[in-house]
Amino acid sequence: MRNPQLNANGELTHLLTLEGLPPDVIRNILDTAEPFASIAEREVKKVPLLRGKAVFNLFFENSTRTRTTFEIAAKRLSADVINLNIGVSSTSKGETLLDTVDNLVAMNADMFVVRHAQSGAPHLIASHLNAHRRTHVHVVNAGDGRHAHPTQGLLDLYTIRHFKRDFTGLTVAIVGDVLHSRVARSLIHGLTTLGTPEVRVIGPRTLLPTRVEAMGVHVHTDMRTGLAGCDVVVMLRLQNERMKGALLPSAGEYFKHYGLTQEKLAVAKPDVIVMHPGPMNRGVEIDSAVADGAQSVILPQVTFGIAVRMAVMSIIAGN
Amino acid sequence: MSLADASGLPDAEAALAALADRMRGAVLHGAAFVGIYSGGAWLAERLAALVPGDHAVGFIDVSYYRDDYSKTGLKGGAKRTELPFDVAGASIVLVDDVLYTGRSVRAAINELFDFGRPERIELAVLVDRGGRELPIEADYVGARVAVARDLSVVLSKDPGGTLSLTVESAAGC
Repeated sequence: MRNPQLNANGELTHLLTLEGLPPDVIRNILDTAEPFASIAEREVKKVPLLRGKAVFNLFFENSTRTRTTFEIAAKRLSADVINLNIGVSSTSKGETLLDTVDNLVAMNADMFVVRHAQSGAPHLIASHLNAHRRTHVHVVNAGDGRHAHPTQGLLDLYTIRHFKRDFTGLTVAIVGDVLHSRVARSLIHGLTTLGTPEVRVIGPRTLLPTRVEAMGVHVHTDMRTGLAGCDVVVMLRLQNERMKGALLPSAGEYFKHYGLTQEKLAVAKPDVIVMHPGPMNRGVEIDSAVADGAQSVILPQVTFGIAVRMAVMSIIAGN
Repeated sequence: MSLADASGLPDAEAALAALADRMRGAVLHGAAFVGIYSGGAWLAERLAALVPGDHAVGFIDVSYYRDDYSKTGLKGGAKRTELPFDVAGASIVLVDDVLYTGRSVRAAINELFDFGRPERIELAVLVDRGGRELPIEADYVGARVAVARDLSVVLSKDPGGTLSLTVESAAGC
C-alpha cells in the first residue's frame, strides 16, 4: 500500500507523521521554511499563496500555542481560517468524526489541521478523503494521541539545523516523559532519518517506552551520563496527571533527578542548546535559570514553528 | 555591431553592455536595482557597477506570488527576498534576464508593494523575446530575440562570472 501521505508522484499531500518520510521530503520542508521566516519583517506580513483557500482548524483536544501558530501560518499565506470549537459542536451531539469531515468538505474546505486525543484520527480522515477521491483536500496532523506531532518534530529539526547547521555530527538527548510524548516520537524519527549519529532518551524507566531502543536511540536513566557531551538537549513537559498514577513519586523528587539545572547541564558541550516544546513547568522538568539562560532556544522554536507550518501547508496544498 | 551568434541568441555580455548603455544617464542616480532570482539577481549586481549612480541592490524571489501555484505547486528552491532599502518612496529598477509572458514581472511588482509604496518602478531586461500575455513592457532592453514558443531562453553564469545565453526545451521547466 502506498504511503497515504504521498500522491502517485511521491509528493507530499498530507502530513500525518515523520515516520517513513523520505529524507528529501523532510529536507525540502526545512528548506522551504527558511525564506518564510523573513515574511514577518515585511510591512504586509502576508504572501498570497493560499489566497481563497479555506483552512479548518479541527482541535478535538485543547491547545493554545499549536492552534495559534497554525492560524498565524495560514493567515500569513492569505488563507481563510475557520476555528472549530469541537467541544461544543456536533461531536458532543453524537456526530461521527467522518460525518463532521464530510460536512466541512461540503462547505468547500481545502485543508484540515487536526488534533485529536486518539492516535490515528488524522490518518483516518486522510484515508477517507483519498478513498472518496477528494484529493484536493489536505490534512495536517497537529498531534494525535501518543502517536505523532510532525510539525513540532519539524520545527525542532529546523531549530537544530539553524543553530548547529548539520545533523551528521550531533549528539541529541531527549529528556523526560518519552512514554507519553508524541513530540519525542516525531523528533526521534526525524533525527534518525536525517542521519543524526547519537540520539539519547533520558528518564526514569517508568516514563520510557519498553523496547524504545528499537527506535534507534540509546537509553539513559542517569542525567550525568545521558547529558555528557550533548550538542542539543530537548526537555519534555512532565504532564501533571502522570503524578496521580504510580509512575512518579512527586514533582520535587522528579526535579531532583531529572529537572534540568545549570549544574546538570555542565557536562554537556559548552555550546549546547536547550529546547522545550512548551508549555514549560518551571521547577519540575526545567529550572528557570536554564529556561531563561543563554543556551535556551525555546522562544526561537516558537517563531520558527510559524515558518515551518507555512512551509508544510504551502507544499501540501500545491500537490 | 551584430550581437547574434549562430544560434540566433545574442552574446550575453554584449547584451549586458548594450543594456547598461541604455540605462546610463536615463535611470535616476539613486534608483535601487532589484533583480528577480536567479538571472536577474546576477544582472542587478553587474548593472549597479556599470551604471553611474548610487544604486542599492536587492533581490526578489517571486515564488509566492506566481499565478501558476494551483497548477504546479510550490517547487523547492525559493530564496529569501532581500530588499536592503526602504521600498516606500524608492525609485526601483526591476531587473530580469528574459522578458516573455510578463507574469514574473507582474508577480514581482505585487511583491514589491507588500514592502511599501515605491515612488516609481521601471523594468530593465537583458533580452525581450516577445510573447507577452500581460500589458507589460520594459523601459530598457539589452537585445530583442525571436525564439520558438516551445523553447526557453536560459541565462547562466560560469565560475569566472561570465554570463551566457542558451535555449533549452521548455518541457522541463
